Amino acid sequence: MLDVSNHTSLPPRPGVGYKPQHYNDIMRDPGPVAWLEIHAENYMGDGGRPISQLRHLAERFPVSVHGVGLSIGGEGTLDPDHLARLKHLVGWLNPASFSEHLAWSTHDSHFYNDLLPLPYNAATLARVAAHINQVQDTLGRRMLLENPSSYLAFAESSMSETDFLRELVQRTGCGLLLDVNNVFVSATNLKTSPQAYIDDFPLDAVGEIHLGGHDEDEDETGATLLIDSHGKPVVDPVWALLDYTLAKSGPKPLLIEWDTDVPEWPILCAETERAAMALAPA
Amino acid sequence: MTVSQSDFTASMLDPAASVPSGLQNPDGAAASKRFNVYRNNVAVSLSDALETAFPVVRKLVGDQFFRAMAGVYLRKHPPKSPLMMFYGAAMPQFLSRFEPAKSVPYLPDIAKVELALRHAYHAADTKPLDANALAAVAPDALMRTRLKIAPAIQTITSPYPIHAIYRANTVADASKPIMQPEALVVTRAGFDPEIHLINAAAASCIDALAQGQSLGEAMAVADDTLDLGATLGVLLAQGAVTEIY
Repeated sequence: MLDVSNHTSLPPRPGVGYKPQHYNDIMRDPGPVAWLEIHAENYMGDGGRPISQLRHLAERFPVSVHGVGLSIGGEGTLDPDHLARLKHLVGWLNPASFSEHLAWSTHDSHFYNDLLPLPYNAATLARVAAHINQVQDTLGRRMLLENPSSYLAFAESSMSETDFLRELVQRTGCGLLLDVNNVFVSATNLKTSPQAYIDDFPLDAVGEIHLGGHDEDEDETGATLLIDSHGKPVVDPVWALLDYTLAKSGPKPLLIEWDTDVPEWPILCAETERAAMALAPA
Repeated sequence: MTVSQSDFTASMLDPAASVPSGLQNPDGAAASKRFNVYRNNVAVSLSDALETAFPVVRKLVGDQFFRAMAGVYLRKHPPKSPLMMFYGAAMPQFLSRFEPAKSVPYLPDIAKVELALRHAYHAADTKPLDANALAAVAPDALMRTRLKIAPAIQTITSPYPIHAIYRANTVADASKPIMQPEALVVTRAGFDPEIHLINAAAASCIDALAQGQSLGEAMAVADDTLDLGATLGVLLAQGAVTEIY
């Protein structure tokens, strides 16, 4: 099929999670938005408006394909049908980047539509590394793996998340997608330091940064429980953590994610303007 | 202390189940409310996907009923694929056996209409046959001709007025449904699927054509209430015929 994209890498500038309701706004005036990210699964139909819009967008913008359904952290084997659909999409679109999550969502042939957590130890490391190798071999390209939002810890974990990710990079050659909001959410929930996490993160492997909003709740002990919802503006402490990260990493492709209660374009665009300022401080 | 993914999912889908031991809060205590984040995310995201997929079913039964029904459905039929745009395929069959919905007997068929519209929305793009191509077929060859039907095209036949009920819940000033059997065909001329009122004979004729039978064979399948001219008229006008052979 026709290769619609000549955009071979994501620029170190703001991008936005694409929502169909913003199509006309983005095509008319994208503001500081230099690239777009789509959820792979929404473009696995046979045709129609979604695929047509994506073709038009890809002629104009570098596109990042972000999968939410591959279940790389799953105990079982990767779903061959889903992998084949992904290969087809990546094949015709030739996106600037492909990324997925350090999480699982499918078990025993059921898909739960959420990013579920896994323990970090030698057994899970071997399994996740094998899955990443399989994905990279199938797609014929390097993928980025995203750090999760954590709400709880596994007693059986024997490694830190940063050590786990660093080891995956070494074993598979994959890159990382650093979600700074997830770092803040996990550190708050697990009572650790978000700066220490960034200090220990293999920033050289980072190909993309995510920023999004979260909800605030508390657990039964009264401890703060942040929930990664992608339904609000990015909060100030997360912008500050971004500054801390960029000071160490240098500019990176920087995505604003807003997936629920999606606002009108001007509000989303304002978030990307703030992202542009963070990338190029005065 | 290992928590298998089977343990995790079993507890996640059953709000009354205990949280698997081995999941902890930062102080090393059991992570009960924290585990509920996953319970809630899964139930809400699947329920939201069903609301998006079945807006007319939801309108007919009301928000509260729909939420409760979705809660039962998502536990009985969790998705089998990550393609959430097709989630809910078992809804017509589920509704036909769902006791609290028995008083709305046309609900399963309305769910079929909504599934067909979603299927059509994501169906492969096709190029419509030139409008004059069928007219150019010699009269003695016409009944042997086969029509290739676009993948978006689906028919639904019901003992209830599904076309009128669907319209009454989606179009302002639509006429009030009269309790009578109806059939419809879903088409997609551009990117937006549409429904068209036909009769049961036209539906069986279209189904036969889509299965590769000739015009003559498809006519024979239908009873004498078939208006072949009108049926072909709808198909051609909606770009539903892509080839003749």
